[in-house]
Amino acid sequence: MKGRVWKFGDDINTDIIISGKYKFKTLDMDELSKHAMEALDPDFSKKVKAGDFIVAGKNFGCGSSREQAPLVLKHLEISCIFARSFARIFYRNCINIGLLALESPDAYSKVETGDEIEVQLERGEAKNLTRGTTFTFNPLPGFLLKVVEDGGLVEHYKKRGRFVWEDIA
Amino acid sequence: MGQTLAEKIFSRKLNRRVSAGEIVVSPVDLAMGQDGTAPLAIQAFRNMGAKKVFDSQKVVLVIDHVAPSTSEGTSKLHALMREFAREQECKLYDVGYGICHQILAEEYDRPGMIIVGADSHSCMHGAFGAFATGIGSTELAAVMASGKLWFRIPESIKVTLDGQLPKGVTSKDLVLHLAGILKADGANYMSLEFGGGAVKSMSMDSRLTICNMAVEMGAKCGLMEPDRVTEEYLGEPVPTISPDRDAEYKDEVQIEVEKVEPQVAKPHSVDNVCSVREVEGIEVNQVFLGSCTNGRLEDLRAAASILKGRKVREGVRMIVIPASRRIFLSALAEGLIEIFLKAGCVVGSPGCGPCMGGHIGILGPGEVCVSTSNRNFLGRMGSEQAKIYLASPLTAAASAVTGKITDPREVL
Repeated sequence: MKGRVWKFGDDINTDIIISGKYKFKTLDMDELSKHAMEALDPDFSKKVKAGDFIVAGKNFGCGSSREQAPLVLKHLEISCIFARSFARIFYRNCINIGLLALESPDAYSKVETGDEIEVQLERGEAKNLTRGTTFTFNPLPGFLLKVVEDGGLVEHYKKRGRFVWEDIA
Repeated sequence: MGQTLAEKIFSRKLNRRVSAGEIVVSPVDLAMGQDGTAPLAIQAFRNMGAKKVFDSQKVVLVIDHVAPSTSEGTSKLHALMREFAREQECKLYDVGYGICHQILAEEYDRPGMIIVGADSHSCMHGAFGAFATGIGSTELAAVMASGKLWFRIPESIKVTLDGQLPKGVTSKDLVLHLAGILKADGANYMSLEFGGGAVKSMSMDSRLTICNMAVEMGAKCGLMEPDRVTEEYLGEPVPTISPDRDAEYKDEVQIEVEKVEPQVAKPHSVDNVCSVREVEGIEVNQVFLGSCTNGRLEDLRAAASILKGRKVREGVRMIVIPASRRIFLSALAEGLIEIFLKAGCVVGSPGCGPCMGGHIGILGPGEVCVSTSNRNFLGRMGSEQAKIYLASPLTAAASAVTGKITDPREVL
């Protein structure tokens, strides 16, 4: 995976990712995703390209349980979110819709908006091609990676007829 | 090694001893969705190819966030929920019945239950000694299909609230104070477990306010031991579910409640907390009394104790939204609604109200709101140029009367 970085700070909440004033009106992601990150950057949805990455500080996605938050980012074809930490509901939502969310202790200090990075998932490492540095990230637990690889819970269930975690005792 | 409340509840449910860090799959006793999350869950449920919910008695849908609907788009989503509830023969609480969490507290919550809700404030039900947490829509669909979900047994932070609440200070002030200490991610992935003399002597209404805001510190759940107060609220005996004395905690916080003053969370984060005195005098345009955090009878009584015989300051609008129809009726019978109306308040039908900027009470640019709700994020209640101060019902009512942020002890 290779793409550009959009960098955000700490405690980016779900109201910022997608405001409550839009999400009650429609399930149309073309429409909703126009407003992604609007409070911080009104043109974010126009500027972001397929395959881009988000890098953030701690507690990314705090606040509401709205799945529309990771959904609009996935719809804009963000390929992966790196953060120092994630709010737990947002983290689970990402996995459940098939969007990679990876905890990285040092991504935040190693990249700036606009940098190009190349991610090697299996190695738990990413290269900053713009700056010639690298950062690491924690892999997803195996059973969750399976859900992401299947494209989220819906596809996962369609494919297997049951949920992978049902195998856990 | 002893067990925390979270470990106790899961061990009891699974009939085996479990410890923090373990990933378990547990049956779910109640799954809830509201109009901001259920439509996506229904879509996911159908896309999965699922046909029937695991147990129609254990799936509850509530229309409370934008209720009644204010646009055609919203009406279509509400219609989808009604149609699904009919098809699946599960319970749907329609507009005006109340806020999802309040309905659960009034009609469903019991100690020891495993509750998941597609709403982040689902942690509120931990006040009954139930494990309750927020999930997303697709996960709700998975629970509706299978009746089960995976959980990582959380580590716990023990919060001891000692002493007696001073006059003018409420459980809302305590939980805001705690958010100021722990910060927005201080309990991330963890269970906040509340105890101590102040909790013991607290009503269920007050306890619910504290557990409701556990998520604002990142917590997975906020738990309290069921006791005589729980028993009286439910009108039935409760099982003993207590943490062991030698339980292992990740951290401990002790608060002498006598020393806590009325608190506010300043814009634009819930952990940006200070005492009301430090921000006194800031002019206010709107006051909101309500939400799943502070829309209960005790909250309405507290605000009415200040508003009785007084007027909301000219130029200020105060919106009062009881959290449920049951509360609205009790408030009516007690004369509280009359007090609000005579003071010049707007009283709305039960639901979430202005809390998340979905419909009524939208703030304009530059406006300041004192709100008893749970989040003051940038743009949450409307304009990104508006400012939200979170406070107790007493501080909200005092500020409505003076038109400025006011320490309630000055008017009590």
